[in-house]
Amino acid sequence: MAEEPIILFEHVNKTYKNGTIGLKDINLSIPKGQFLVVVGLSGAGKSTLLRTINRMHGITDGKLYVDGDEISQYKGKALRTLRRQIGMIFQNFNLVNRSSVQKNVLSGRVGYYPAWKSILGLFSKSDRDKAVRSLRRVNMLEKLYARADELSGGQQQRVAIARTLMQDPKIILADEPIASLDPKTTKTVMDTLKSLNQEDEMTVIVNLHSVSLAREYADRIIGLRAGEVVYDQMIENVKEADLNQIYQTEEDS
Amino acid sequence: MENSQKIPSRSFAQRWHIKPILGTVIMVILLVFSSQMADVNVGMFFANLSQFTDLLVRMSNPTWSYLSIIWQPLYETIQMAILGTTIGTIFAVPFSLLAASNLVHNGIIRNVIRIILDLVRTLPDLLLAAIFVAIFGIGSTAGVVTLAIFSFGMISKLFYEVIETIDMGPIEALESVGARKLTVIWYAVIPQILNQFISYFLYTLEINVRASTVLGYIGAGGIGVFLQRSLNEFNYGATAVIILATLIIVLVIDGISNHLRRILL
Ligand SMILES: Nc1ncnc2c1ncn2[C@@H]1O[C@H](COP(=O)(O)OP(=O)(O)OP(=O)(O)O)[C@@H](O)[C@H]1O
Ligand SMILES: [Mg+2]
Repeated sequence: MAEEPIILFEHVNKTYKNGTIGLKDINLSIPKGQFLVVVGLSGAGKSTLLRTINRMHGITDGKLYVDGDEISQYKGKALRTLRRQIGMIFQNFNLVNRSSVQKNVLSGRVGYYPAWKSILGLFSKSDRDKAVRSLRRVNMLEKLYARADELSGGQQQRVAIARTLMQDPKIILADEPIASLDPKTTKTVMDTLKSLNQEDEMTVIVNLHSVSLAREYADRIIGLRAGEVVYDQMIENVKEADLNQIYQTEEDS
Repeated sequence: MENSQKIPSRSFAQRWHIKPILGTVIMVILLVFSSQMADVNVGMFFANLSQFTDLLVRMSNPTWSYLSIIWQPLYETIQMAILGTTIGTIFAVPFSLLAASNLVHNGIIRNVIRIILDLVRTLPDLLLAAIFVAIFGIGSTAGVVTLAIFSFGMISKLFYEVIETIDMGPIEALESVGARKLTVIWYAVIPQILNQFISYFLYTLEINVRASTVLGYIGAGGIGVFLQRSLNEFNYGATAVIILATLIIVLVIDGISNHLRRILL
């Protein structure tokens, strides 16, 4: 029997409050340790798909399993515990600009502390060391005491990855992590994600607009269109022509 | 390919600047109309200018020795303003968080809070002071409570409007790591608004220093009490000293506060 998938979508639908269909009958099994890239046109539902996994968005119906547990009804403590094992990386980095790099990185750990301790900044010695190790890992240790808004985009994204590492995540969700970066920093960021996947055995799911990057890094590529999975192949079976198909609009075809 | 882009033509209203002209005309009509309704006689202002100059002449001889007496009430005025503003701010923080639409998605809570804040802001501070003088008696307690309520109403509104302009990205990030609501506010909201909060606090303090001199006039403590007494006793030399000293204090505090605010923003 195959190993249990770390993420499993069963007939998942998501309709936004205003009636927009975000996801339509998604069935998806993601094994542990996979590097999955999601591609699709703008508005296809990539961000929506990613955000249902850590329940930043709720689903309308269907079942969604993470590590064997059905999470779609999680609330309060259960929800926070789910979220702290899932790292999320954003297109706009989402650092607190006016805070130091150190504080930003430590904020990745607050899910493990009661509110009063994190507010007073009472982090344990081992977590402070962990922040140093996380920053060293992304080559940003020298900026420990810099303010986040003093950093370039690529540096900010690396700090954001360090923040995510503080969570000890099993899963990393990255929503167009390189969309506002130049080609060189793009490579650094994608390589870091790849190393988390290969060395730390994290399951990584990345939304990308670039087909060539998808082919370079993915174990598997899925394509979304209008909230539906229209393409799903392991990398060895991916053909250029199929991918271009995903990016065709109604009028083109 | 042929380029068919043209400059769009302006509408009639845009071409003849109808809106600004109409606005000015309406303003003028309202102004004339309302001054007639309220029985304002502009002529009287100029007719009585002579009395004003007369007063100035009589005040032109300040009794400087009076300074030593008003030192203490001036200090009290400033203390009233600081205390009132601080108490008002402490209450304003939770209310402004609850009134911000980007933090509280429950429309009912938000609207109830906003209605309360709107009501508080409609209360004139002189009316409040009169009521509290009646309750607490003449003295600075009435002044502090009045200023606290006034600051609360004003600061809450200024604060929640600041909160509504913050970048939501960091909030999303903190929620995604499994942080509690309070932790999210501490890590992702406060750093974004702290400087503006302090700036608005100082601004309100400036207003309150000025307001507390007036409040004293109706018995709510501070320098205003002495101002009223000197006027009643036709002791214009003392009046002049009080006004000059108050002016200097207000200018100094405005200066300090303006300087701090420039550094902050
Ligand atoms: N909060 C929301 N409320 C209503 N509709 C939304 C909301 N968020 C997204 N949508 C809609 O859901 C659909 C999917 O959006 P989503 O953001 O998931 O697309 P995407 O594939 O990530 O696009 P992009 O490449 O532009 O980021 C779009 O039609 C979008 O307009
Ligand atoms: Mg998106």
